[in-house]
Amino acid sequence: MTENSKPTLAARRAFLAKLGGAATCAGAAVGAATLGITASVSAKTEPAANGASFPTKDYDWTKHQWGFGVDATKCIGCLRCVEACKRENDVPANAHQFRTWVERYVHIEGEEQTRIDSQQDPVNIEASGSEKTFRFANRYRDAKVDKAFFVPKLCNHCTHPACVQVCPTGATYKTEDGVVLVDETYCIGCRYCVQACPYGARFLNEEKGVADKCTWCYHRITKGLQPACVEVCPVGARIFGNLKDKQSPVSLFIRNNRVQVLKAEMGNAPNVFYVGIDKEVN
Amino acid sequence: MEPIIHFSPYTGWVYPNETIFEWSILIAVYPYITGLVAGAFTVSSLYQVFGFERLKPVAHMALLTSLSFMIFVPTPLLLHLGHPERAFNATITPHLTSAMAMFGFFASFYVALLIVEGWFANRPYIVEQAQKRTDLLGRFYRLLTLGSYDVSEHALRYDKKWIFALAVIGIPGAHGLHGYVGFMYGSVKAREWWSSDLMAVIFLFSAIISGVSLLAVLYVATCKMRKIPVDLACLKGLAYTIWAFIMVALLLEALEFANLVYKNREGTDMIMQYVTGPLLVPYFILQFAVGAITPFLWLSYMIWRGTTGKALIVGVTVCACLVLFSVFMMRWNVVIGGQEISKTGKGLLSYHLPFWGKEGALMAIFLTTAPLGLLYVLTRLFPPWADAPTHAHS
Ligand code: SF4
Ligand code: SF4
Repeated sequence: MTENSKPTLAARRAFLAKLGGAATCAGAAVGAATLGITASVSAKTEPAANGASFPTKDYDWTKHQWGFGVDATKCIGCLRCVEACKRENDVPANAHQFRTWVERYVHIEGEEQTRIDSQQDPVNIEASGSEKTFRFANRYRDAKVDKAFFVPKLCNHCTHPACVQVCPTGATYKTEDGVVLVDETYCIGCRYCVQACPYGARFLNEEKGVADKCTWCYHRITKGLQPACVEVCPVGARIFGNLKDKQSPVSLFIRNNRVQVLKAEMGNAPNVFYVGIDKEVN
Repeated sequence: MEPIIHFSPYTGWVYPNETIFEWSILIAVYPYITGLVAGAFTVSSLYQVFGFERLKPVAHMALLTSLSFMIFVPTPLLLHLGHPERAFNATITPHLTSAMAMFGFFASFYVALLIVEGWFANRPYIVEQAQKRTDLLGRFYRLLTLGSYDVSEHALRYDKKWIFALAVIGIPGAHGLHGYVGFMYGSVKAREWWSSDLMAVIFLFSAIISGVSLLAVLYVATCKMRKIPVDLACLKGLAYTIWAFIMVALLLEALEFANLVYKNREGTDMIMQYVTGPLLVPYFILQFAVGAITPFLWLSYMIWRGTTGKALIVGVTVCACLVLFSVFMMRWNVVIGGQEISKTGKGLLSYHLPFWGKEGALMAIFLTTAPLGLLYVLTRLFPPWADAPTHAHS
């Protein structure tokens, strides 16, 4: 495995320590770091692989093509990923805007339609007791459940991103290494991209007045770390890595499984690959 | 527990991020105003280019109306942006694959065209005022002459050529601008309710009927205000225009809806549940039954019976008001309706319209009526009345 696809133990420890540490401090520090990074990567005109355009000196984006795998059969719906993402990326602390979320599909005996909810559902918020921590309420305890599973969701960093196509300013763009980003200093906040994304991956960060969404933790992956959600997942339901490296976890995941993508008919060609999702997942 | 951020109630399954409505009523007001611009311009060009003589009494006002509304077109957009101060980013670095990127250019081009055409059309009046007046306003008119005081027959004939040419360019300009607005929605594949090839044309025809209706109302209102009799031939001309275009508009909308239902793609069940539920009143009753079919039948009746006099004036005015309302409902049903149907195809949201605030009902009403204020000022500066003896141009 390459250095990029497998974080060092020290880095993992440091990250976990940060998660456990004072939330406000971490949030502020991370926020500042994110800002700094997005400002520098936003120099879209710089040629690819020009080291100066990256805060990480030894990172070469031409050598990477990032990809993400989700093994829904493993997800236990603990929502650590959602909380870690919120903290790591300074995502607005409310129950309606997420860079990543988890969906719960429950099929109850005798019912025609599958019941679907996510951590933002009022019942689940009630159970967690706050809009900043997340928990799936045990609402189907007494029901006769036929089949149930969880599906983690996030931006698909599409090969043909509808959001990039419609952005009138070019504030949202696709990087050479396959990540779709938003330049916070250039976005006008028109939200055309929010409408255009078929997956509901985007929202408006009201504090900043700009479009916001998952970056696959670009500030981390360019330093050889894993995205926060992948890092914290206790069961390994989220898999991340370099598609150009045939031995990376994500390449192996795709090779060893029959994977599928969401809403393939949209023509977006997503780069988040799923295993173990059912027909009603879209 | 009080929610931290206002979110929309929903039923079924919707993506978490969808619970915040991103495009408010202002985004419905924007195509509405743009449509009025295109429709009003249609009236002016029917006279200037296609020689509909009977529309002469409203031809000049049509141009001023178009200009007044056009100036306000960007305001709902600007108010809605998260960073209005960066609005020019879209014009400095237009991202050409975006259906929104060229809007700034098209809109500015069109405003310029309207101003130039308006200038030519009003030149005789401007020159006359510049020579007559000695006050501050005289200065204003003198500035406006741009140094040209030649109102000889020869010069006026030359002006007319320009007016004609600009009107000819203006037709694709106005309609292109509005069709383009329709395309902005029609091209969004993520939303089944918007994503349609017909969207641009539907927008266009509804724009035309709304603009012509606005002129009918304005014409009758200005005649009453100026205490002059309504030129029935002119009003009839407007009524015919509304009647003809409303037919096409209705047909297109029906076609679009039939297509959606007939193709029955994923998510159509949800759409049917939506149109027969929350959308029943705003869509079938208000937009179609009250706003489009009623005026269509009423106008048909009046044309058939050859209604004239007061009955015609009242009839056309009421029909025009209904059409104006219907077209607003159409914008609303598209923009808000589209967002009320979840992208999951498995849930519905409901938009709550605030009254106050930057994106509230009051602001929407203000932005839709403010152009009328501007129009009032413009009619004072450049009287568009064809009956005014001072107005040399015809
Ligand atoms: S999932 Fe949506 S936001 Fe992410 S790249 Fe695709 S279209 Fe853009
Ligand atoms: S909100 Fe920002 S990123 Fe999205 S389309 Fe508008 S300018 Fe582009």
